[in-house]
This record gives sequence, C-alpha cells and structure tokens, in this order.
Amino acid sequence: MDGKNSMNDQDVKLLERSFKRYYLSHLTEIPVPTDIAKREFGYKKFTGGMIRHMNVQDEKAMRLLLVENSPADVYCSNSYYLFPNMDMKKKDWQGADLIFDIDAKDLHLDCRYSHTCRVCGECKNVYKESSKCPQCNSIKHISSSWPCKNCINAAKKQVVKLVDILENDLGICADLIEIYFSGNEGFHVHVGKTEYNMLEPRARVALGDYIRFYNVMPETYGVRRSKIDRKKFPTEDDPGWHGRVAKKFFGKNAPRSTSNTEYVKIAEKLKNAQYTMGACIDMQVTGDIHRIFRMPGSLNSKSGLAKILCTDLAKFDPYQDACFIDCDLVKISAQCPIRFSLGGRTYGPYIKETKVEVERFAAVYMMCKGTAHAISS
Amino acid sequence: MLKLGPVEIAKYPFVEDASSYIRDIGITLEKLGTDPDLQIFIDMAMKRIRTAADGGVYESLPDMLDKRRMMFETLSFLVAVILLKLCGMQTLIRRFALAEARRAEKNLGVDLRIHPADKFELAKRLIGDLFSVNIEYINGDLSVPVQDYLTRAINFHEREWNLVNRRVSKGRVYLTRHETVRLLRTEISSYIQAKIRSAKMPTMQSGFEKPVTELIDLAKRFASETVIVSGEHPPCIKHAIEILERGENLPHSGRFMLATFLLNRGQSVEQIAPLFKNAPDYNERTTMYQLRNLSGESGGGTKYTCPSCEKIKSNDMCFANEKCDGIFTPLHFGRKK
Repeated sequence: MDGKNSMNDQDVKLLERSFKRYYLSHLTEIPVPTDIAKREFGYKKFTGGMIRHMNVQDEKAMRLLLVENSPADVYCSNSYYLFPNMDMKKKDWQGADLIFDIDAKDLHLDCRYSHTCRVCGECKNVYKESSKCPQCNSIKHISSSWPCKNCINAAKKQVVKLVDILENDLGICADLIEIYFSGNEGFHVHVGKTEYNMLEPRARVALGDYIRFYNVMPETYGVRRSKIDRKKFPTEDDPGWHGRVAKKFFGKNAPRSTSNTEYVKIAEKLKNAQYTMGACIDMQVTGDIHRIFRMPGSLNSKSGLAKILCTDLAKFDPYQDACFIDCDLVKISAQCPIRFSLGGRTYGPYIKETKVEVERFAAVYMMCKGTAHAISS
Repeated sequence: MLKLGPVEIAKYPFVEDASSYIRDIGITLEKLGTDPDLQIFIDMAMKRIRTAADGGVYESLPDMLDKRRMMFETLSFLVAVILLKLCGMQTLIRRFALAEARRAEKNLGVDLRIHPADKFELAKRLIGDLFSVNIEYINGDLSVPVQDYLTRAINFHEREWNLVNRRVSKGRVYLTRHETVRLLRTEISSYIQAKIRSAKMPTMQSGFEKPVTELIDLAKRFASETVIVSGEHPPCIKHAIEILERGENLPHSGRFMLATFLLNRGQSVEQIAPLFKNAPDYNERTTMYQLRNLSGESGGGTKYTCPSCEKIKSNDMCFANEKCDGIFTPLHFGRKK
C-alpha cells in the first residue's frame, strides 16, 4: 500500500522528519554499495515523483543525498555503468549483480485476508470486511497489508530454498550472497560480483525459471509418453533438481508403466512442484538489468522499516530488528482495523477514527500504510 | 593463436589464415589460378561450395592420416574461401559457413571423447580459444559453466534446452558431446562467416574467372528460389523463418505452423520447400512429402489450417507484438479491422 496518496502536508512533514532523524542518527551504519560510482541512484519524495539517473561518487555524496533530500525511498541499480547519470541508452552497461525479490504477497497465504484492509480511494475511510466502502459506497480502494509472523516465516522458507539453489546448483560462494529484509513484506537476496554478472535479461529469466522449477519436462527424468527410460531416472544422490525430484517422486514411487495417463500424471505432479519445491521469486526483478532497487540500509516508505542485512535469518524478527525510527511519542488520528506488533509493543485495532499518542515508529508504520494521519501538537 | 597439427587443420580449416597457409606451403595465388596441376584444388573447392549450397555437409576424404590428403582437405576449404570472397555472394557465404560449421560440429563431437586425452585437450582448447567456453570432464561427464550455457541456450526454442531440464551442479551444466557442439553451432558458423568477410580480397587470377562466374550463377538460382510473400508476416512466422535462416533447428510444431501459414496464404509446396533447406535434418524427399500432405495434395486430401495463436503460445512459438492484438490465428495478422 502506498499511503502517500492520502497524505496531507502534516503527514508529509512528520514522515520526512522521522526519516531524516533516522538517516542522521544511523548515517555511518548504512552500508556503501560496492562500486558506488558506477551505479545509478534514484529516490522518491513523500510528495511524490521519482528522481533517477543520478550518480553518487562516494560515501560522502551518498550521505548528503540521504540527509539533504529527506527521501521516502532510496534506490540504487544492481547494474554497473560507465556513465550512470546518462540516459539509459548512453549509460554503457558493464554488468549487473544478480538480485532476487521474495515477497509474502506472492505466496498467496491463507492468513493474508485476515491482515489486509482497504483504504477507500474516495473518502479515505479504512475498512475490512466489505467489498465497497461502507461510508461512501465507492469500490475504489487501495489494499493495505500488515504481514504477520506466518508471512515472514513463509518468505524465510523461500529464501532458504533460493540460497540452497544458488550455492549448490549454481556454484555461488556463500560469502557473495547477502540476504536483506526488504523493509516491508519479504526479502531481497543480492549476489555480489560473479560470473553471472554479464548475463543478459533473457538468460536471467532462464536462470529464474530454473530457480522456480518452472517449465520442467517429464522427459528430463526418463518419463516419455511412449516409454520409460529407467537409465534416466534420477537418484537421491544426484545434484540439483534431479536429486530433489528423486527424493520427492522417485524411489518407491517411481513410475512403472508407459501409458499416456502415467505421463500426464507425472507432468502434472512436476508442474505443481514449482509451487512446493521451487523458490518463489519475482521474475520482473530478476530479469531486469535496468532496475533501481531499494538501497540496503534505507527506509521503506511502505512501512518505515529499514532494508537491513539478516545475518541470522532464522532468528530475524523484522518487527524488532528492522524498526529504527525513534520512540518518542507523537499524536495521530488512527483508523487501523488490524492489531499489530512493532518494537516490542502491540497496537490497535482502532476500528473508528481514534486520536492516540503512540511511539513515533508505530505512528509512521500506520501512516505509511494509509491508516493514520498526523495531528498538530 | 592456437597452433594445430595437419590433421586438426584438415578438420578445422577455418582456424587457419587462408593466404598465409597457401603461401607457407609454397603455392602462390597466381600459380593456383594458372597451373593445370593445381586445378584439382579449385574443382574440390567448387564441390565443397556446391554441397554446402544444396544444404549438404562436405564429407571428409577417407584415410585422413595420409598427409597429402590432409593438405587437399585444407586447401579445398581455403580455395573455397578465396572463390567465395571473389564472387562476393552473401547467400553462398552463409550457406558455406553453416555447412562447414556442421562439419566442424561432427568432428568436435568425435574429438570431445574423454579418450584419447590429447584429442580432447585440443578440442577443449579450440572451443576455449575461439568461443571462450570452458569445457571439462567431471566424473566422466562433459560440462560447461552455467553462464556459458545460458547465453547460448536461450536462442533455442525447444523446452529440453531450458536450464531447468538439464543436470546442473556447482555452477556447471552437464551435456552430451552432441549437445555440447550443438550449443556452439551458430557461433562456429558466425566465426567462419566473419573470417571470410574479414579476409583480404584476393587478386583475381585468370583460372578463377570461370568458377567465380559459375558461383554467381549458382547464387542467382537461390535468389530466384526465395519465397516472396506479399504483406507483412506476423512475428511468430518471422521468427520461424529467422531460425531456419540461421540454420537452427525449428521444432516440429514451428515447421507445421510455418508451412500451414504459407500454404494458407496461397504459396505453393514448391515455393515453400526451399525455406526448409537450412534445417539441420533437411531431407528434400521428406520435406516435399510432408508439405504435400499438409496442402492436401496427397494423404487424406485434408488441407491443414494454421494453428491458433493459443496453440502457438502453448508451444512457446508466440512472439506477439501490439499488431497481434485481437487476432486468434496468425492468418488474421494485418487484417484491417
């Protein structure tokens, strides 16, 4: 949810101030992207509009950008260019890190409905259990999701699958793989400089299809319409997808017959396995070499949480570990039908518009999701 | 620069520089063009070009250990390059390069066997030097780095070439010898074409005039065989034609789509058949038989129609653009609404 559409001047002021305070107090902790001078930078303001095709020469210039502009979001390309500040055609592409985006919203989890609300596009009323706004009957709305622990854990599982494939199948050294919490609903996985950096978009898409276990053929595993080729059957000791498929579908369950029905059955099983065995990555991100991607250490304007490196994924709790906005109290008017936990405290639900005084990080969180507004003190 | 022995030069003559090789063995271009004893090289070169033009692959002379024959083999290639350069017909150069790439593919397929090790090492070095692909045997299986595989395999349209349908481990893709060289065919062909294009223009000799004129006539024959179709083709059809022009394998579904499309647009079997000449498994009789069947001239008499866009999509042969909006079959492409 992009709450900026419903923001008034006071909201913008409060958010800009809160973000700026974060950047000022954490400036030295924000990691500097490698080869910073070769990357394209961009940022968004709370008032709207995207500024991109910028180059940032060094750490100092990056800090200046963060403090001077009070950005809502900061982006940095995964590509390296000779002239990052030129038009796309003139930039002179030099390669791009592999990047992967795993988002809980793409996992279609059952819990999602329970923590999603709607912000009316007309009257800004916030509602949950209705197809149209109970206040003005408008069907125009923006969905606002408040990912729960289940969402984060499911996204973590996808990260584990992805990292396993990157290391064992694609031979990428663990030291080059960095896992970041995206600052909202999922994780970003960055792979530093490897042999894969020169891959063109179509090849990146093919790599993504491999990771997703998408478009697999039964023939790969010795199952044809006309015959079964037992020599091609995978074994559990095989590396890559062969070994994974053997563990799941072969062994005792190995197909024996050669009928078309058997073939179709196996093809269906393999097709469905992309959802259970493959890692659910956003292909738009992986295949795009001209994207500017959320910069590590920056705040996400959809939540106010930071995109932060996860050194211990299993223990990582975004609502504790990525919450860096100050905890002084601010007054807001909240209409937030979802109860949520942040920074060790629980907030809401605020079914009707309620004036409350909450910690700044919680106020920012609700405002970023379009369910609260600033009140002048 | 990779240094090869005479046997390898005969197998992979495109690695050599034509003029310096001929000079090194003591033959001048002038002599080649005038000495009746050397006429045999021109005849062999012409045979090599004609075979390529007809979609065939030049068969190596038997008994390759014979030094004289190896020289014949190499010279016939190099003289062919000189003649092609002099005639300047791009159609012939393309066909020749593709046929020679297929010949090299066959030889590489043999040399990439794990034994004898020296042959494998040479084939590996050749591929490494010319195309920057690092081939290795790992636990008795041939493998290439994933990134090298991907950059080439994305141009193939059969699902079996999708990385997900390959054995992959620790950054390497495992392939058979045949698959490994197939992966490189387009590059070998491009390499040969580039080599011919960048070669210094030889001086015309009196003995070259007749064969060069003959080659120009041969090329004209191909020009007249070109299928001329009025109106713009839809992108799926354009793409299928491009694949065939590159000498790559167009899957059965693609061939069916292309043939039925053109037949339904009013082309005759004879007009369409030459399109398939570049297909790696081209067989004139089979092609004509199949086209006649599709056109309804033979078989059950049913004239097949072009598959729907949906069917083409499911076969991964759809490359729709904005002009395809609202059409259900490629045959409706370009119709005014």
